Amino acid sequence: MSKASKLMTMREAVAQHIPSGAMVLLGAQMEQMIPFAAGHELIRQGRMDLTLVGPISDILFDQLIGAGCASKVMAAWVGNVSAGVAYCFRRAVEEGLPRRVSVTDYSNFTMALALHAGALGVPFLPTYSTFGSDLLKKNDNLREFISPVNEEKLVAVRALRPDVAVLHVQRADEYGNAHIWGSLGVAVDGARAARKVIIVAEEIVAPEVIASDPNRTLVPGFLVAAVVHEPGGAHPSPVQGYYARDHAFFAEYHEQSRKLEDFDEWLERWIRRMADRREYLKQLGAVRFDALGVREHAFSAPADFGY
Amino acid sequence: MTTTNIKAQIAARGYTAGEIMVATAAREIADGELVFVGMRLPMLAFLVAKRTHAPNAVGLYENGLIRETPSPQLLYTMADPPNLRGATQCGQMIDVMALLQQGRVQLGFLGAAEVDRFGNLNSTWGERHGKTQRLPGSGGACDIASLAQRTVVLLAHERTRFRQHVGYITSPGNGQGSGWRTAQGLPIRSGPSALITTLGVLRFGSDGEAFLASVHPGAGVENVLANTGWKLYVADKLEQTPPPTADELAAMRALDPNHFWTK
Repeated sequence: MSKASKLMTMREAVAQHIPSGAMVLLGAQMEQMIPFAAGHELIRQGRMDLTLVGPISDILFDQLIGAGCASKVMAAWVGNVSAGVAYCFRRAVEEGLPRRVSVTDYSNFTMALALHAGALGVPFLPTYSTFGSDLLKKNDNLREFISPVNEEKLVAVRALRPDVAVLHVQRADEYGNAHIWGSLGVAVDGARAARKVIIVAEEIVAPEVIASDPNRTLVPGFLVAAVVHEPGGAHPSPVQGYYARDHAFFAEYHEQSRKLEDFDEWLERWIRRMADRREYLKQLGAVRFDALGVREHAFSAPADFGY
Repeated sequence: MTTTNIKAQIAARGYTAGEIMVATAAREIADGELVFVGMRLPMLAFLVAKRTHAPNAVGLYENGLIRETPSPQLLYTMADPPNLRGATQCGQMIDVMALLQQGRVQLGFLGAAEVDRFGNLNSTWGERHGKTQRLPGSGGACDIASLAQRTVVLLAHERTRFRQHVGYITSPGNGQGSGWRTAQGLPIRSGPSALITTLGVLRFGSDGEAFLASVHPGAGVENVLANTGWKLYVADKLEQTPPPTADELAAMRALDPNHFWTK
Protein backbone atom coordinates (compact mmCIF):
# COMPACT_ATOMS: atom_id res chain seq x y z
CA MET A 1 0.00 0.00 0.00
CA SER A 2 1.43 3.36 -0.92
CA LYS A 3 1.58 6.07 1.70
CA ALA A 4 -1.08 8.76 1.53
CA SER A 5 -0.09 12.37 1.01
CA LYS A 6 -0.92 14.66 3.94
CA LEU A 7 -0.83 17.83 1.85
CA MET A 8 -3.82 20.11 2.32
CA THR A 9 -4.63 23.79 2.43
CA MET A 10 -4.34 25.81 5.64
CA ARG A 11 -8.11 26.15 5.64
CA GLU A 12 -8.52 22.36 5.55
CA ALA A 13 -5.80 21.69 8.13
CA VAL A 14 -7.28 24.11 10.66
CA ALA A 15 -10.86 22.91 9.96
CA GLN A 16 -9.94 19.25 10.37
CA HIS A 17 -7.44 19.36 13.21
CA ILE A 18 -7.92 22.37 15.50
CA PRO A 19 -11.40 22.52 17.05
CA SER A 20 -12.57 25.17 19.51
CA GLY A 21 -11.40 24.33 23.02
CA ALA A 22 -8.16 22.73 21.81
CA MET A 23 -4.81 23.20 23.53
CA VAL A 24 -2.51 24.47 20.79
CA LEU A 25 1.27 24.87 20.82
CA LEU A 26 2.37 27.81 18.68
CA GLY A 27 5.67 29.71 18.48
CA ALA A 28 7.81 26.76 19.52
CA GLN A 29 10.84 28.16 17.66
CA MET A 30 10.79 31.38 19.71
CA GLU A 31 11.14 34.53 17.57
CA GLN A 32 11.73 32.55 14.36
CA MET A 33 9.26 30.64 12.23
CA ILE A 34 6.15 31.64 14.18
CA PRO A 35 3.13 30.09 12.42
CA PHE A 36 1.25 33.35 11.81
CA ALA A 37 -0.64 31.97 8.78
CA ALA A 38 -2.12 29.20 10.95
CA GLY A 39 -3.03 31.65 13.70
CA HIS A 40 -4.76 33.93 11.22
CA GLU A 41 -6.77 31.01 9.85
CA LEU A 42 -7.87 30.12 13.41
CA ILE A 43 -9.16 33.68 13.72
CA ARG A 44 -10.97 33.54 10.36
CA GLN A 45 -12.62 30.25 11.26
CA GLY A 46 -13.83 31.74 14.53
CA ARG A 47 -12.22 29.31 16.97
CA MET A 48 -13.12 29.90 20.62
CA ASP A 49 -11.80 28.86 24.02
CA LEU A 50 -8.39 27.81 22.77
CA THR A 51 -5.65 27.20 25.30
CA LEU A 52 -2.53 28.79 23.85
CA VAL A 53 0.73 27.10 24.82
CA GLY A 54 4.23 28.37 24.00
CA PRO A 55 7.33 29.80 25.68
CA ILE A 56 7.01 33.18 23.98
CA SER A 57 4.87 33.91 20.98
CA ASP A 58 5.86 37.40 19.97
CA ILE A 59 2.62 39.01 18.74
CA LEU A 60 0.76 35.89 17.58
CA PHE A 61 -0.81 35.14 20.98
CA ASP A 62 -1.74 38.81 21.25
CA GLN A 63 -3.63 38.63 17.97
CA LEU A 64 -5.50 35.43 18.88
CA ILE A 65 -6.40 36.89 22.28
CA GLY A 66 -7.50 40.18 20.71
CA ALA A 67 -9.71 38.29 18.26
CA GLY A 68 -11.40 36.48 21.15
CA CYS A 69 -10.16 33.00 20.21
CA ALA A 70 -8.48 32.12 23.52
CA SER A 71 -9.68 31.60 27.07
CA LYS A 72 -6.40 30.41 28.54
CA VAL A 73 -2.69 31.07 28.04
CA MET A 74 0.11 28.86 29.33
CA ALA A 75 3.31 30.72 28.55
CA ALA A 76 6.53 32.22 29.86
CA TRP A 77 6.18 35.57 28.13
CA VAL A 78 3.44 37.29 26.15
CA GLY A 79 4.45 40.54 24.47
CA ASN A 80 5.95 42.17 21.41
CA VAL A 81 9.63 41.23 21.49
CA SER A 82 11.11 44.29 19.80
CA ALA A 83 8.46 46.81 20.89
CA GLY A 84 7.39 45.83 24.42
CA VAL A 85 3.96 45.08 25.85
CA ALA A 86 1.15 43.21 24.12
CA TYR A 87 -1.92 45.42 24.38
CA CYS A 88 -4.62 42.84 23.54
CA PHE A 89 -3.18 40.49 26.16
CA ARG A 90 -3.29 43.30 28.72
CA ARG A 91 -6.88 44.26 27.84
CA ALA A 92 -8.03 40.63 28.10
CA VAL A 93 -6.32 40.01 31.45
CA GLU A 94 -6.97 43.40 33.04
CA GLU A 95 -10.42 44.25 31.65
CA GLY A 96 -11.82 41.04 30.15
CA LEU A 97 -11.87 42.57 26.67
CA PRO A 98 -12.96 41.13 24.29
CA ARG A 99 -13.13 38.22 26.73
CA ARG A 100 -11.40 37.18 29.90
CA VAL A 101 -8.24 35.13 29.56
CA SER A 102 -6.66 33.19 32.40
CA VAL A 103 -2.87 32.94 32.51
CA THR A 104 -0.72 30.14 33.85
CA ASP A 105 2.76 31.62 34.16
CA TYR A 106 5.78 29.50 33.29
CA SER A 107 9.44 30.32 32.84
CA ASN A 108 11.04 29.34 29.55
CA PHE A 109 12.85 26.41 31.16
CA THR A 110 9.80 25.05 32.98
CA MET A 111 7.82 25.28 29.73
CA ALA A 112 10.62 23.38 27.95
CA LEU A 113 10.63 20.76 30.73
CA ALA A 114 6.83 20.40 30.62
CA LEU A 115 7.03 19.63 26.89
CA HIS A 116 10.11 17.43 27.37
CA ALA A 117 8.18 15.41 29.97
CA GLY A 118 5.28 15.17 27.53
CA ALA A 119 7.69 14.05 24.82
CA LEU A 120 9.25 11.45 27.12
CA GLY A 121 5.84 10.15 28.18
CA VAL A 122 6.52 10.72 31.90
CA PRO A 123 4.24 12.69 34.25
CA PHE A 124 6.83 15.26 35.36
CA LEU A 125 10.48 16.29 35.34
CA PRO A 126 12.48 17.83 38.20
CA THR A 127 14.29 21.16 38.28
CA TYR A 128 15.96 23.63 40.65
CA SER A 129 14.49 26.59 38.78
CA THR A 130 11.66 28.81 40.10
CA PHE A 131 12.37 28.22 43.84
CA GLY A 132 11.40 31.32 45.80
CA SER A 133 9.38 32.76 42.91
CA ASP A 134 5.66 33.47 42.68
CA LEU A 135 5.57 31.34 39.52
CA LEU A 136 6.07 28.32 41.77
CA LYS A 137 3.42 29.55 44.22
CA LYS A 138 0.75 30.34 41.63
CA ASN A 139 1.21 27.69 38.94
CA ASP A 140 -0.30 24.35 40.06
CA ASN A 141 1.75 22.53 37.45
CA LEU A 142 4.92 23.38 39.42
CA ARG A 143 5.13 21.53 42.75
CA GLU A 144 7.85 21.09 45.34
CA PHE A 145 8.79 17.55 46.24
CA ILE A 146 11.59 15.65 47.97
CA SER A 147 13.83 13.65 45.67
CA PRO A 148 13.58 9.92 46.47
CA VAL A 149 17.27 9.41 45.61
CA ASN A 150 18.99 12.06 47.70
CA GLU A 151 16.35 13.75 49.90
CA GLU A 152 16.89 17.03 48.08
CA LYS A 153 14.09 19.53 47.54
CA LEU A 154 13.15 19.90 43.86
CA VAL A 155 10.39 21.36 41.72
CA ALA A 156 8.29 18.89 39.73
CA VAL A 157 7.15 20.28 36.38
CA ARG A 158 4.00 18.52 35.22
CA ALA A 159 4.05 17.18 31.66
CA LEU A 160 2.11 19.05 28.99
CA ARG A 161 0.50 17.25 26.06
CA PRO A 162 -0.96 19.85 23.69
CA ASP A 163 -3.75 18.61 21.41
CA VAL A 164 -2.01 20.14 18.40
CA ALA A 165 1.41 21.62 17.69
CA VAL A 166 1.74 23.85 14.63
CA LEU A 167 5.33 24.12 13.42
CA HIS A 168 6.55 26.31 10.59
CA VAL A 169 9.53 24.71 8.87
CA GLN A 170 11.81 25.37 5.92
CA ARG A 171 11.00 22.21 4.01
CA ALA A 172 9.03 19.00 4.29
CA ASP A 173 7.91 16.16 2.08
CA GLU A 174 4.22 15.46 1.49
CA TYR A 175 4.26 12.89 4.31
CA GLY A 176 5.33 15.41 6.90
CA ASN A 177 9.01 14.51 7.31
CA ALA A 178 10.40 17.94 8.04
CA HIS A 179 13.76 19.70 7.96
CA ILE A 180 14.22 22.60 10.36
CA TRP A 181 17.34 24.66 10.88
CA GLY A 182 18.08 27.89 12.69
CA SER A 183 16.19 28.63 15.87
CA LEU A 184 14.82 25.40 17.37
CA GLY A 185 13.51 26.46 20.77
CA VAL A 186 11.10 23.76 21.97
CA ALA A 187 10.05 22.52 18.52
CA VAL A 188 11.51 19.02 18.78
CA ASP A 189 9.92 18.24 22.14
CA GLY A 190 6.77 20.09 21.15
CA ALA A 191 6.25 17.85 18.14
CA ARG A 192 6.60 14.72 20.29
CA ALA A 193 4.55 16.01 23.22
CA ALA A 194 1.60 17.01 21.04
CA ARG A 195 -1.09 14.53 20.07
CA LYS A 196 -1.13 15.91 16.52
CA VAL A 197 1.34 17.96 14.50
CA ILE A 198 0.59 20.33 11.64
CA ILE A 199 3.64 21.13 9.53
CA VAL A 200 3.60 24.40 7.60
CA ALA A 201 6.42 24.45 5.06
CA GLU A 202 8.07 27.10 2.93
CA GLU A 203 8.83 24.37 0.39
CA ILE A 204 7.54 20.89 -0.34
CA VAL A 205 10.39 18.69 -1.50
CA ALA A 206 10.79 15.08 -2.62
CA PRO A 207 11.25 12.51 0.18
CA GLU A 208 14.78 11.91 -1.19
CA VAL A 209 15.75 15.49 -0.31
CA ILE A 210 14.69 14.95 3.30
CA ALA A 211 16.36 11.53 3.45
CA SER A 212 19.61 13.02 2.11
CA ASP A 213 20.19 14.79 5.43
CA PRO A 214 18.41 12.81 8.17
CA ASN A 215 20.12 14.70 11.03
CA ARG A 216 18.14 17.72 9.97
CA THR A 217 14.84 15.79 10.07
CA LEU A 218 13.56 17.02 13.41
CA VAL A 219 9.99 15.84 12.92
CA PRO A 220 9.35 12.37 11.45
CA GLY A 221 6.30 12.26 9.23
CA PHE A 222 4.44 9.57 11.19
CA LEU A 223 3.82 12.16 13.94
CA VAL A 224 2.29 14.56 11.46
CA ALA A 225 -1.43 14.90 10.71
CA ALA A 226 -1.27 17.56 8.00
CA VAL A 227 1.26 19.27 5.77
CA VAL A 228 0.52 22.75 4.47
CA HIS A 229 2.57 24.40 1.73
CA GLU A 230 2.51 28.05 2.75
CA PRO A 231 5.41 30.19 1.50
CA GLY A 232 5.69 33.37 3.56
CA GLY A 233 3.50 31.79 6.24
CA ALA A 234 5.70 32.95 9.11
CA HIS A 235 5.81 36.65 8.15
CA PRO A 236 6.50 38.99 10.01
CA SER A 237 8.76 36.53 11.89
CA PRO A 238 11.89 35.33 10.08
CA VAL A 239 12.68 31.98 8.47
CA GLN A 240 16.41 31.27 8.33
CA GLY A 241 17.53 31.10 4.71
CA TYR A 242 14.17 32.37 3.38
CA TYR A 243 13.31 35.81 4.76
CA ALA A 244 14.30 38.27 7.45
CA ARG A 245 12.23 39.57 10.34
CA ASP A 246 9.97 42.45 9.32
CA HIS A 247 10.84 44.67 12.29
CA ALA A 248 8.69 47.54 11.00
CA PHE A 249 5.62 45.31 10.95
CA PHE A 250 6.04 44.56 14.66
CA ALA A 251 6.45 48.29 15.40
CA GLU A 252 3.36 49.12 13.30
CA TYR A 253 1.34 46.45 15.05
CA HIS A 254 2.44 47.86 18.40
CA GLU A 255 0.99 51.25 17.50
CA GLN A 256 -2.13 49.84 15.89
CA SER A 257 -3.01 47.54 18.77
CA ARG A 258 -2.67 50.19 21.47
CA LYS A 259 -6.38 51.05 21.30
CA LEU A 260 -9.14 48.47 20.99
CA GLU A 261 -10.81 50.19 18.01
CA ASP A 262 -7.51 50.49 16.15
CA PHE A 263 -6.81 46.82 16.79
CA ASP A 264 -10.23 45.85 15.41
CA GLU A 265 -9.41 47.78 12.27
CA TRP A 266 -6.02 46.03 12.06
CA LEU A 267 -7.75 42.67 12.48
CA GLU A 268 -10.22 43.44 9.69
CA ARG A 269 -7.49 44.69 7.39
CA TRP A 270 -4.83 42.01 7.88
CA ILE A 271 -6.82 38.92 8.83
CA ARG A 272 -10.61 38.91 8.47
CA ARG A 273 -10.73 40.52 5.03
CA MET A 274 -7.97 38.25 3.70
CA ALA A 275 -9.12 34.94 2.19
CA ASP A 276 -5.76 33.31 2.81
CA ARG A 277 -2.03 33.88 3.12
CA ARG A 278 -1.64 34.58 -0.58
CA GLU A 279 -3.96 37.57 -0.26
CA TYR A 280 -2.15 38.73 2.85
CA LEU A 281 1.19 38.69 1.03
CA LYS A 282 -0.36 40.48 -1.93
CA GLN A 283 -1.61 43.20 0.38
CA LEU A 284 1.78 43.40 2.08
CA GLY A 285 3.24 43.97 -1.38
CA ALA A 286 5.84 42.13 -3.40
CA VAL A 287 8.35 44.95 -3.00
CA ARG A 288 8.16 44.86 0.79
CA PHE A 289 8.29 41.08 1.01
CA ASP A 290 11.12 40.81 -1.53
CA ALA A 291 13.13 43.33 0.50
CA LEU A 292 13.11 40.80 3.35
CA GLY A 293 14.59 38.11 1.11
CA VAL A 294 18.05 36.59 1.52
CA ARG A 295 20.69 39.06 0.33
CA GLU A 296 23.65 36.77 0.69
CA HIS A 297 23.22 33.00 0.79
CA ALA A 298 25.27 30.99 3.28
CA PHE A 299 24.93 27.30 2.49
CA SER A 300 26.29 24.75 4.94
CA ALA A 301 28.94 22.34 3.73
CA PRO A 302 27.39 19.08 2.55
CA ALA A 303 27.60 16.17 4.99
CA ASP A 304 28.68 12.89 3.44
CA PHE A 305 26.29 10.07 4.35
CA GLY A 306 28.14 7.66 2.08
CA TYR A 307 29.67 4.38 3.17
CA MET B 1 13.05 59.44 23.47
CA THR B 2 13.69 61.70 20.54
CA THR B 3 16.74 61.99 18.35
CA THR B 4 17.19 65.50 19.74
CA ASN B 5 17.43 64.07 23.22
CA ILE B 6 20.07 61.57 22.13
CA LYS B 7 22.07 64.36 20.46
CA ALA B 8 21.73 66.57 23.55
CA GLN B 9 23.01 63.76 25.78
CA ILE B 10 25.98 63.14 23.52
CA ALA B 11 26.76 66.88 23.26
CA ALA B 12 26.68 67.23 27.07
CA ARG B 13 28.62 64.12 28.09
CA GLY B 14 29.81 62.29 25.02
CA TYR B 15 27.44 59.33 25.50
CA THR B 16 23.82 58.44 26.29
CA ALA B 17 22.34 56.89 29.46
CA GLY B 18 21.92 53.64 27.53
CA GLU B 19 25.55 53.69 26.43
CA ILE B 20 27.03 53.94 29.92
CA MET B 21 24.70 51.11 31.01
CA VAL B 22 25.87 48.95 28.11
CA ALA B 23 29.57 49.70 28.77
CA THR B 24 29.16 49.00 32.50
CA ALA B 25 27.31 45.77 31.77
CA ALA B 26 29.98 44.70 29.28
CA ARG B 27 32.65 45.05 32.01
CA GLU B 28 30.79 42.52 34.16
CA ILE B 29 31.76 39.86 31.60
CA ALA B 30 35.14 38.24 32.20
CA ASP B 31 36.99 36.75 29.28
CA GLY B 32 36.14 33.12 28.65
CA GLU B 33 32.92 33.13 30.65
CA LEU B 34 29.67 31.47 29.57
CA VAL B 35 27.07 34.21 29.51
CA PHE B 36 23.29 34.00 29.23
CA VAL B 37 22.76 37.04 27.10
CA GLY B 38 19.06 37.90 26.93
CA MET B 39 17.58 40.82 25.05
CA ARG B 40 17.91 44.55 24.51
CA LEU B 41 20.82 46.30 26.30
CA PRO B 42 22.51 43.07 27.51
CA MET B 43 22.50 41.77 23.94
CA LEU B 44 24.55 44.83 23.00
CA ALA B 45 26.72 44.58 26.15
CA PHE B 46 27.76 41.06 25.20
CA LEU B 47 28.69 42.23 21.70
CA VAL B 48 30.74 45.13 23.14
CA ALA B 49 32.57 42.79 25.56
CA LYS B 50 33.35 40.43 22.68
CA ARG B 51 34.81 43.26 20.64
CA THR B 52 36.84 44.72 23.52
CA HIS B 53 38.11 42.91 26.62
CA ALA B 54 36.36 39.51 26.47
CA PRO B 55 36.92 38.04 23.01
CA ASN B 56 36.60 34.48 24.37
CA ALA B 57 33.27 34.92 26.14
CA VAL B 58 30.61 32.49 24.93
CA GLY B 59 27.03 33.66 24.49
CA LEU B 60 24.06 31.42 25.27
CA TYR B 61 20.59 32.37 24.07
CA GLU B 62 17.30 30.89 25.23
CA ASN B 63 16.23 29.78 21.79
CA GLY B 64 19.04 27.20 21.96
CA LEU B 65 21.76 29.22 20.31
CA ILE B 66 25.42 29.16 21.37
CA ARG B 67 27.58 31.81 19.79
CA GLU B 68 31.26 32.68 20.20
CA THR B 69 31.55 35.47 17.65
CA PRO B 70 29.63 38.73 17.79
CA SER B 71 26.67 39.02 15.45
CA PRO B 72 27.62 40.96 12.33
CA GLN B 73 24.53 43.14 12.61
CA LEU B 74 22.22 44.88 15.07
CA LEU B 75 19.76 42.45 16.58
CA TYR B 76 16.14 43.20 17.43
CA THR B 77 15.61 39.68 18.78
CA MET B 78 18.00 36.86 19.67
CA ALA B 79 16.57 34.75 16.83
CA ASP B 80 17.21 37.31 14.09
CA PRO B 81 18.88 35.44 11.20
CA PRO B 82 22.26 37.28 11.51
CA ASN B 83 22.63 35.88 15.05
CA LEU B 84 22.32 32.30 13.78
CA ARG B 85 24.65 32.47 10.81
CA GLY B 86 28.11 31.41 11.94
CA ALA B 87 26.90 30.32 15.38
CA THR B 88 28.73 27.59 17.28
CA GLN B 89 25.52 25.60 17.70
CA CYS B 90 21.84 26.01 16.99
CA GLY B 91 20.45 23.62 19.55
CA GLN B 92 17.26 23.39 21.55
CA MET B 93 16.19 25.58 24.44
CA ILE B 94 16.57 22.67 26.82
CA ASP B 95 20.24 22.25 25.82
CA VAL B 96 21.25 25.76 26.94
CA MET B 97 18.99 25.59 30.00
CA ALA B 98 20.77 22.33 30.90
CA LEU B 99 24.12 24.18 30.98
CA LEU B 100 22.52 26.80 33.20
CA GLN B 101 21.10 24.21 35.62
CA GLN B 102 24.42 22.38 35.79
CA GLY B 103 25.93 25.59 37.18
CA ARG B 104 28.27 26.07 34.23
CA VAL B 105 26.98 29.53 33.32
CA GLN B 106 28.92 32.21 35.18
CA LEU B 107 26.80 35.20 34.28
CA GLY B 108 23.22 35.91 33.28
CA PHE B 109 21.76 39.27 32.29
CA LEU B 110 18.21 40.33 33.05
CA GLY B 111 15.86 43.24 32.70
CA ALA B 112 12.79 43.84 34.88
CA ALA B 113 9.95 46.26 35.46
CA GLU B 114 10.53 46.44 39.23
CA VAL B 115 13.17 45.51 41.78
CA ASP B 116 13.18 45.53 45.58
CA ARG B 117 15.94 46.09 48.16
CA PHE B 118 16.95 42.41 48.04
CA GLY B 119 17.14 42.26 44.26
CA ASN B 120 13.90 40.36 43.76
CA LEU B 121 12.51 41.14 40.34
CA ASN B 122 8.99 41.61 39.08
CA SER B 123 8.19 41.46 35.38
CA THR B 124 4.72 39.90 35.67
CA TRP B 125 2.33 42.22 37.52
CA GLY B 126 3.07 45.95 37.56
CA GLU B 127 1.33 48.87 39.15
CA ARG B 128 0.79 52.29 37.61
CA HIS B 129 -1.37 55.02 39.11
CA GLY B 130 -2.86 52.55 41.59
CA LYS B 131 -3.97 50.15 38.83
CA THR B 132 -2.48 46.70 38.35
CA GLN B 133 -0.93 46.13 34.97
CA ARG B 134 -0.28 42.78 33.39
CA LEU B 135 3.31 42.69 32.10
CA PRO B 136 4.77 40.14 29.66
CA GLY B 137 6.10 37.76 32.34
CA SER B 138 9.28 35.80 33.05
CA GLY B 139 10.50 34.53 29.74
CA GLY B 140 13.77 32.94 30.83
CA ALA B 141 14.39 35.50 33.59
CA CYS B 142 13.24 33.31 36.48
CA ASP B 143 15.52 30.49 35.26
CA ILE B 144 18.54 32.76 34.93
CA ALA B 145 17.91 34.38 38.32
CA SER B 146 17.52 30.91 39.85
CA LEU B 147 20.47 29.16 38.26
CA ALA B 148 23.24 31.47 36.95
CA GLN B 149 26.28 31.88 39.18
CA ARG B 150 25.94 35.67 38.99
CA THR B 151 23.01 37.72 37.82
CA VAL B 152 23.28 41.29 36.56
CA VAL B 153 20.11 43.32 36.12
CA LEU B 154 19.71 46.39 33.92
CA LEU B 155 16.86 48.81 34.46
CA ALA B 156 15.88 52.47 34.51
CA HIS B 157 16.41 54.07 37.92
CA GLU B 158 12.94 55.35 38.81
CA ARG B 159 11.16 55.41 42.14
CA THR B 160 8.19 53.50 40.72
CA ARG B 161 10.54 50.68 39.70
CA PHE B 162 12.78 50.64 42.80
CA ARG B 163 10.27 49.49 45.39
CA GLN B 164 10.48 48.55 49.06
CA HIS B 165 8.62 45.34 48.18
CA VAL B 166 7.67 43.95 44.80
CA GLY B 167 4.10 42.67 44.55
CA TYR B 168 5.15 39.56 42.64
CA ILE B 169 8.50 37.79 42.53
CA THR B 170 9.03 36.73 38.93
CA SER B 171 12.76 36.17 39.40
CA PRO B 172 14.20 35.49 42.84
CA GLY B 173 16.96 37.73 44.18
CA ASN B 174 18.00 37.43 47.81
CA GLY B 175 14.40 37.05 48.97
CA GLN B 176 14.29 38.52 52.47
CA GLY B 177 18.03 38.53 53.09
CA SER B 178 21.06 36.32 53.44
CA GLY B 179 20.46 32.58 53.60
CA TRP B 180 17.04 32.85 51.98
CA ARG B 181 18.06 31.49 48.59
CA THR B 182 19.54 28.23 49.89
CA ALA B 183 16.62 27.77 52.29
CA GLN B 184 14.28 28.01 49.32
CA GLY B 185 16.23 25.30 47.45
CA LEU B 186 18.19 27.47 45.02
CA PRO B 187 21.79 26.48 44.16
CA ILE B 188 24.46 27.67 46.63
CA ARG B 189 26.52 29.32 43.93
CA SER B 190 23.88 31.63 42.45
CA GLY B 191 22.24 35.00 43.00
CA PRO B 192 22.22 38.71 42.20
CA SER B 193 25.57 40.42 41.65
CA ALA B 194 24.74 43.92 40.39
CA LEU B 195 21.94 46.25 39.40
CA ILE B 196 23.09 48.55 36.61
CA THR B 197 20.76 51.51 36.33
CA THR B 198 20.49 54.76 34.42
CA LEU B 199 22.08 56.50 37.45
CA GLY B 200 24.56 54.09 39.00
CA VAL B 201 25.52 50.58 40.03
CA LEU B 202 24.10 48.76 43.07
CA ARG B 203 25.80 45.71 44.53
CA PHE B 204 24.78 43.35 47.32
CA GLY B 205 26.15 43.13 50.86
CA SER B 206 26.61 39.97 52.93
CA ASP B 207 23.15 40.65 54.41
CA GLY B 208 21.72 40.23 50.91
CA GLU B 209 20.61 43.86 50.63
CA ALA B 210 21.50 46.19 47.76
CA PHE B 211 23.80 49.19 48.32
CA LEU B 212 24.94 51.96 46.04
CA ALA B 213 28.44 51.06 44.86
CA SER B 214 28.97 53.70 42.17
CA VAL B 215 27.19 56.64 40.60
CA HIS B 216 27.40 57.53 36.94
CA PRO B 217 29.18 60.85 36.20
CA GLY B 218 26.81 63.73 36.85
CA ALA B 219 24.03 61.53 38.26
CA GLY B 220 24.43 62.65 41.90
CA VAL B 221 23.95 60.55 45.03
CA GLU B 222 20.93 62.59 46.20
CA ASN B 223 19.28 61.98 42.88
CA VAL B 224 19.88 58.23 43.20
CA LEU B 225 18.44 58.17 46.72
CA ALA B 226 15.42 60.24 45.67
CA ASN B 227 14.71 57.78 42.88
CA THR B 228 14.94 54.72 45.10
CA GLY B 229 11.79 53.63 46.92
CA TRP B 230 13.61 52.50 50.07
CA LYS B 231 16.39 53.86 52.28
CA LEU B 232 19.33 52.83 50.14
CA TYR B 233 22.69 52.17 51.79
CA VAL B 234 25.63 53.98 50.20
CA ALA B 235 29.08 52.38 50.10
CA ASP B 236 31.72 53.94 52.38
CA LYS B 237 33.96 54.17 49.37
CA LEU B 238 31.43 55.29 46.81
CA GLU B 239 32.94 55.29 43.35
CA GLN B 240 32.16 57.07 40.14
CA THR B 241 31.26 54.75 37.26
CA PRO B 242 33.97 55.05 34.61
CA PRO B 243 32.43 56.54 31.46
CA PRO B 244 32.38 54.43 28.30
CA THR B 245 35.78 54.30 26.60
CA ALA B 246 36.27 55.27 22.99
CA ASP B 247 36.63 51.57 22.10
CA GLU B 248 33.42 50.64 23.88
CA LEU B 249 31.50 53.47 22.23
CA ALA B 250 32.92 52.58 18.84
CA ALA B 251 31.85 48.94 19.31
CA MET B 252 28.29 49.76 20.34
CA ARG B 253 27.84 52.51 17.76
CA ALA B 254 29.07 50.24 15.00
CA LEU B 255 26.20 47.91 15.93
CA ASP B 256 23.59 50.48 16.93
CA PRO B 257 24.38 53.69 15.02
CA ASN B 258 20.83 55.02 15.33
CA HIS B 259 20.59 54.37 19.09
CA PHE B 260 17.64 51.97 18.74
CA TRP B 261 18.59 50.33 22.05
CA THR B 262 21.02 52.86 23.55
CA LYS B 263 18.75 55.85 24.03
